[in-house]
Amino acid sequence: MAGSYWRRALRHQRAAFAALFGATFLAASASVVVIGVIFLRGWPALSWEFLTTMPTQGMRAGGIFPAIVGTLELVGLTILFALPTGVSAAIYLTEYAADSWVTRLVRLAIVNLSGVPSVVYGLFGLGVFVIFFGFGASLLAGALTLGIMTLPVIITASEEALRSVPQSFREVSYSLGASRWQTVRHAVLPFAVPGIMTGTILGISRAAGETAPILFTVAAFYLPRLPHSVFDQAMVLPYHLYVITTQIPNIPPTQRTGTALVLLLLVLSLNLSAVMLRSHFRRKRQW
Amino acid sequence: MTRGQQFREGCIEGLIRISGLSSIVLVVLILLFLLREGVALFHTVPLGDFVMGQRWYPISDPPRFGILPLLLGSAVVTAGAAVFSVPMGVASALFISEISKGWVKETLKTGIELFAAIPSVVLGFIGITLLVPLIRQVFYLPTGLTALAGSITLAFMAMPTIISITEDALAAVPRGYREAALALGATRWQMMVRVLLPAAGSGILAAVMLGLGRVIGETMAVMMVTGNAPVIPHTLLQPVRTLTATIAAEMGETVRGSDHYVALFAIGIVLFVISFAINLIADLFLHRERV
Amino acid sequence: MVDPEAASGVKMSIQDWSVWYRTLRALQAIRLDIRAHEILGIIGPANSGKTSLLRSLNRMNDIHPAFRCAGRITLDGKDLYRELDSQQVRYRVGIVFALPLPLPLSIRENVTYGPRLRGERDRPRLDRLVEHSLQAASLWDEVKDRLDHPAMTLSGGQQQRLCIARTLAMEPEVLLFDEPCSGLDPISTAKVEETMVRLKSQYTIVLVTNNTKQAARVSDRTAFFLTGELIECDRTDVLFTHPRDQRTNDYLTGRFG
Repeated sequence: MAGSYWRRALRHQRAAFAALFGATFLAASASVVVIGVIFLRGWPALSWEFLTTMPTQGMRAGGIFPAIVGTLELVGLTILFALPTGVSAAIYLTEYAADSWVTRLVRLAIVNLSGVPSVVYGLFGLGVFVIFFGFGASLLAGALTLGIMTLPVIITASEEALRSVPQSFREVSYSLGASRWQTVRHAVLPFAVPGIMTGTILGISRAAGETAPILFTVAAFYLPRLPHSVFDQAMVLPYHLYVITTQIPNIPPTQRTGTALVLLLLVLSLNLSAVMLRSHFRRKRQW
Repeated sequence: MTRGQQFREGCIEGLIRISGLSSIVLVVLILLFLLREGVALFHTVPLGDFVMGQRWYPISDPPRFGILPLLLGSAVVTAGAAVFSVPMGVASALFISEISKGWVKETLKTGIELFAAIPSVVLGFIGITLLVPLIRQVFYLPTGLTALAGSITLAFMAMPTIISITEDALAAVPRGYREAALALGATRWQMMVRVLLPAAGSGILAAVMLGLGRVIGETMAVMMVTGNAPVIPHTLLQPVRTLTATIAAEMGETVRGSDHYVALFAIGIVLFVISFAINLIADLFLHRERV
Repeated sequence: MVDPEAASGVKMSIQDWSVWYRTLRALQAIRLDIRAHEILGIIGPANSGKTSLLRSLNRMNDIHPAFRCAGRITLDGKDLYRELDSQQVRYRVGIVFALPLPLPLSIRENVTYGPRLRGERDRPRLDRLVEHSLQAASLWDEVKDRLDHPAMTLSGGQQQRLCIARTLAMEPEVLLFDEPCSGLDPISTAKVEETMVRLKSQYTIVLVTNNTKQAARVSDRTAFFLTGELIECDRTDVLFTHPRDQRTNDYLTGRFG
């Protein structure tokens, strides 16, 4: 009798495990399917002209060069704002802040910043940078908005990197008479750089793919020439993809999948380099 | 240290402290700006009409700013996403952390984490080109732009978060629980269902909340596949409009300072409050688990 | 005016020194003088406050967030906590920790870490400093042709001597050793002990050790600590043969500890 109970239980388990595997396989293969479809359909569209010429015929032909340039410029500017601020904030949290209610409030604020919907960031960017500061829809406004959005990612990654530096390094530095900033600057920061870089690259890859925050702050549908200054609007890849997918009829599908593929390649290669960087430094680590 | 060095050190420390406190300043600033612009709406439209009003006709004459169809749109799409993603997510987390090993485990984890890296506009693109026509065919609908399309897309977007936090919650359950159950004669499946899942309960709840919190705030993918019809949804098989899509779609058409403009900011306040509340509650659950 | 403490050969004076970490008292009203150019050994079982005392001498305790103190410690007559700032103290009172702790830099960079942060930029002077410090630490011959190699490639004993060199490079007046041989093999231990004895002529040395025999070998005077109190302090040969307190005798003969 006990034997048949056990056999039944095992049958249930086999069925259950099969179902679990099915669910996992489905979840894991979704990304492969999505990436695969975009690669297969978009690869034919990729050519030197596609990547380096301006769009023509109302986006129905030609290349997406300005969108690529715009994305790179926007992301570069974003990092210019987000990296120093984020790393400093992380240094504050790990090296300077005492364990008090202020610190807990700061952490709570960071968690909340990371949970704010991206379109709300867009509204904020519109209200503050475009209108209040008067920058208008521009690379500057967009980069500041994306910068604030990327801040929590950089802070969290940098904090983790700083904490992973052994406490003994700091002790040795202090015992030789170094001040607090000297210790951070020479005995902690250099060894946290790999982790900080990894987090920053991941933050960049997320910022590069975002559309909602830049809808009202920087993105332009079509600009006849590349932006000249940070106060100009710019074409960017995510917005470009959105517009040619939903707003403009009769675009050859290869234009669309080509754009999607370029954006996907950009984001995935950033992710890949972050992952490779992380494992490279993990192997080289001397402590 | 010389006087000059001391001064420099003090300046650097000051800058670092300012950066540290900047995150608090930013959160408060965001809230304040949203409030400043959005609260103006309530001079002309009472709060009750705004939240419970069933008609969102911002460009009609007179305009109506009831967000109930949008609230319900977001709710329906999110609930639908939960129906798909919670069982699949928890099941995947169980499989990955308790059953799979070696290269299978690593490959599955990579596949799931890879999805999180795909930009939402790309997912919206795939949704429109693959999922929406599929739904139209399968269900014989006039259009595949439906809440269902949104739910399926959002379900996959929520899963990496749900899976990874559930994995953490499962890992936090002491080994002794598993071993005790197995020693008492349970099969591994029985141990998982009767001991592991309940023990990791609050962590799993937090995972679900965080995952769904992320998708409530999702804009582009949803906007591209749900059809943008701000009507109160009765089934999953009709077009709907979410709160986020409303802001994204209509902001470009409004005049600065107009009622419509202000109403969109008011929606922004609602979104901010919702995501704040979800994060807070999820955080509480996570900390209860640790204790 | 002649400083009375210096005139009697006292380098550092500990006067009624008590230490708490939040509510836990680690040291109780310690009174102890450290004489110039001696090796003072500090022995006692675990948790007797030896390390707390040592770290009070170069203000490393300041780093601990819950640290509270009462009393006075002077260096050449000046109060460490009230008249000198922590950086000055640490320039003059150096420490070698229990585990070899090289920074993940080259050997040369380890030794020049402190001097460069203090402002030394002159390359030739730094090079001379490196050579002198490594020689004083009995490490020069073994590493002189690979100064730019990573410090982590050295053996445990060599790393500890590198840490000694690193501390010496700051040209301090007092050296603190916190159980410096605890992780080392007997040969490396012997080298470190021999270095300490040699350094005595130039520096004042305080040695905390778990190994009573090491104290007997190396120190001129020895102080016995028990649960935060100084039980007795005397010339090493006197303490080890005729201790005045029964507890000292019990510890030395191995009845506890």
